[in-house]
Amino acid sequence: MPIPEPLLRIENLTIAFPPARRGGDEVRVVDGVTLSIGSGETVGVVGESGSGKSMTALSVLRLLPEPGRITGGTLHLGDTDLLALTEKQMRGVRGGRVAMIFQDPMTSLNPVFTVGDQIAESVRLHRGLGRKESWDEAVQALRRVHIALPERRASQYPHELSGGMRQRVMIALALASQPQVLLADEPTTALDVTVQAQILALLDELKRETGMGILLITHDLGVVAETCDRVLVMYSGQVMESADARTLFAMPSHPYTQGLLASLPEMAPEGATRLSFIAGQPPTSGAITDGCPFRTRCPKYLPGICERPLPTTRLSDSHLVRCHLYGEAAL
Amino acid sequence: MTLLSVEGLKVYFPLGHGQTVRAVDGVTFSVARGETLGLVGESGCGKSTTSRALLRLVAATGGRVRFDGQDILQLSETDLRGLRRRMQMVFQDPYASLSPRLNIGQIVAEPLEIHGIGTGRSERDAKVSELLKAVGMSPSVSRRYPHEFSGGQRQRIGIARALALNPELVVLDEPVSALDISVRAQVVNLLADLQQERGIAYLFVGHDLSLIRHAAHRVAVMYLGRIVEIAPSHALYTDPRHPYTRSLLASIPVLDPARRRERAPLEGDPPSPIDMPSGCRFRSRCLYAQPICTEQDPALVPVGGGSIPGHQSACHFANALPVWQASANHSVV
Ligand SMILES: Nc1ncnc2c1ncn2[C@@H]1O[C@H](COP(=O)(O)OP(=O)(O)O)[C@@H](O)[C@H]1O
Ligand SMILES: Nc1ncnc2c1ncn2[C@@H]1O[C@H](COP(=O)(O)OP(=O)(O)O)[C@@H](O)[C@H]1O
Ligand code: SF4
Ligand SMILES: [Mg+2]
Ligand SMILES: [Mg+2]
Repeated sequence: MPIPEPLLRIENLTIAFPPARRGGDEVRVVDGVTLSIGSGETVGVVGESGSGKSMTALSVLRLLPEPGRITGGTLHLGDTDLLALTEKQMRGVRGGRVAMIFQDPMTSLNPVFTVGDQIAESVRLHRGLGRKESWDEAVQALRRVHIALPERRASQYPHELSGGMRQRVMIALALASQPQVLLADEPTTALDVTVQAQILALLDELKRETGMGILLITHDLGVVAETCDRVLVMYSGQVMESADARTLFAMPSHPYTQGLLASLPEMAPEGATRLSFIAGQPPTSGAITDGCPFRTRCPKYLPGICERPLPTTRLSDSHLVRCHLYGEAAL
Repeated sequence: MTLLSVEGLKVYFPLGHGQTVRAVDGVTFSVARGETLGLVGESGCGKSTTSRALLRLVAATGGRVRFDGQDILQLSETDLRGLRRRMQMVFQDPYASLSPRLNIGQIVAEPLEIHGIGTGRSERDAKVSELLKAVGMSPSVSRRYPHEFSGGQRQRIGIARALALNPELVVLDEPVSALDISVRAQVVNLLADLQQERGIAYLFVGHDLSLIRHAAHRVAVMYLGRIVEIAPSHALYTDPRHPYTRSLLASIPVLDPARRRERAPLEGDPPSPIDMPSGCRFRSRCLYAQPICTEQDPALVPVGGGSIPGHQSACHFANALPVWQASANHSVV
């Protein structure tokens, strides 16, 4: 089987904020991230808050919060070099070939328009349909995300809908332009497990129907295990380990990945009173600029070695790890 | 020995226009000394309102709350103050729950001051140091302010403050939901250690069912203002006897990509607590509903005719449900 051409390719991406003080160092919040997403594929990015997940996704749309800048690397959507586009061309990509959904649906929804009008507007803009056809498409889009009575819901305002329904409307809006890539930034984090299960099943179904690729950002390893084909584990702006999902859970190899998995209550033996945990706190971003950013909390820290630049080791075709335990310095 | 017993607790919020939110609508449970009772359910089912009503932070509409034999809902303000020392609360949001203008020492010492405990300054300082050490923080942080600390550290500070008066019961309303995974385990361990050292009882409210399984001795499942099932943790997770509990458990993502399954997620949203359905509150989403479920409101009664100690369910068919496939979710390593 030929390897399909990836829809989205991010290579060696670096994102930085200018120094907080004059003469200080710039703050690197994303450092050398490489990932690709193929058609019909869900790629997960896991990591704790502040690890650079959202910045990575926002950079694809070139929507970094000021004064954040992409300071290195390349971003390609198919053959399109995203960094070479004009701002005007970029506006066509946003909400067009690439769409994004968030934890809070009100980030995407406008409270003063009906949900049908908002979806129809996107259809008109990106697919050039007329007024009547766009409205029909909007109703159809609501039906596709399993909203009951879509004709009636289309005429309602966001505040008239339940949380789970607003999440579905946001997805319908994102998909109205028939994007090739969906960036989903913690789409189920604020939801109950029951609604989370509904939304994850829906995303999976829509992905199979349309062949879009999904970048799924989450801090929930259960969500990753349930939905992702491949996974990247981020810590302090860097990818520490990446693998296909089965391999990552069967053979977590980076001490951070191992620590995260071990700290989950599901992993504690029945009847144990204490959970395994990672000592210390996550570092503030940019605080550690040389060597391994996890070394201050790592139970396997090698003094004098882990301060050196991190090697990347390929453990198998799909499995990469960045840790000195697997590098030459430790041998 | 029972420390807290709650009987038929109701909390209604009038909305005007003759409408009422029945946030808590006849809740009965008890907590023993030194025990952790978990309370789970979808958002809006009344967990926080129940917690607050126990401490009289919101007025109950009916029912009884007995703490060590005294009916809290009947106490005068003065008598209540004495009892409040013995029951404390820790909130979810470690950012909103600590006053930004007080330093850590003042925050932890505040309950001591309110209750006039430890007259001298040095006595209070000593107590604050002891409390900070108990939650794994250095006493030297006393002069610093909340904004200088991470979420996990703030939650430790909130716990230190709750411990200041040596409470016998601490109500924990989603105490770790806002924390990162690696830090969450630290705080859960701290709570377990404190319980062992001090014999504190917890009412542990949460929406992470795997965490509650680990942290609680018994678990109560709430739906639309009612407890629909209550049981020792092991029984609840391996032999759930209410269709709602089963739906909740089936929604938890399985931590093993090799065992992904087709799932039938629970459809729809819970009905509104303003317009309660007749009969069983869960019937509109229940796979097993029969005509009797529309006609009769099932009571919370022992399952298996009482053969499983402490296991109660409010389902007409609690003893007739198909055998539950032991949760594929809990991997024992
Ligand atoms: N304006 C800013 N100046 C400096 N650093 C920032 C700014 N905005 C965000 N950051 C930092 O960028 C890092 C990555 O943030 P983000 O991508 O949002 O993390 P995640 O989504 O993984 O929680 C964080 O550590 C955050 O502190
Ligand atoms: N002060 C209030 N006035 C009106 N309704 C309220 C008030 N507080 C809570 N409610 C309602 O009571 C129900 C239960 O809320 P809550 O106890 O916060 O649920 P949970 O903690 O389980 O998410 C919800 O429908 C909520 O909207
Ligand atoms: S009582 Fe009826 S409706 Fe309620 S949970 Fe049981 S079977 Fe379902
Ligand atoms: Mg984020
Ligand atoms: Mg609550």
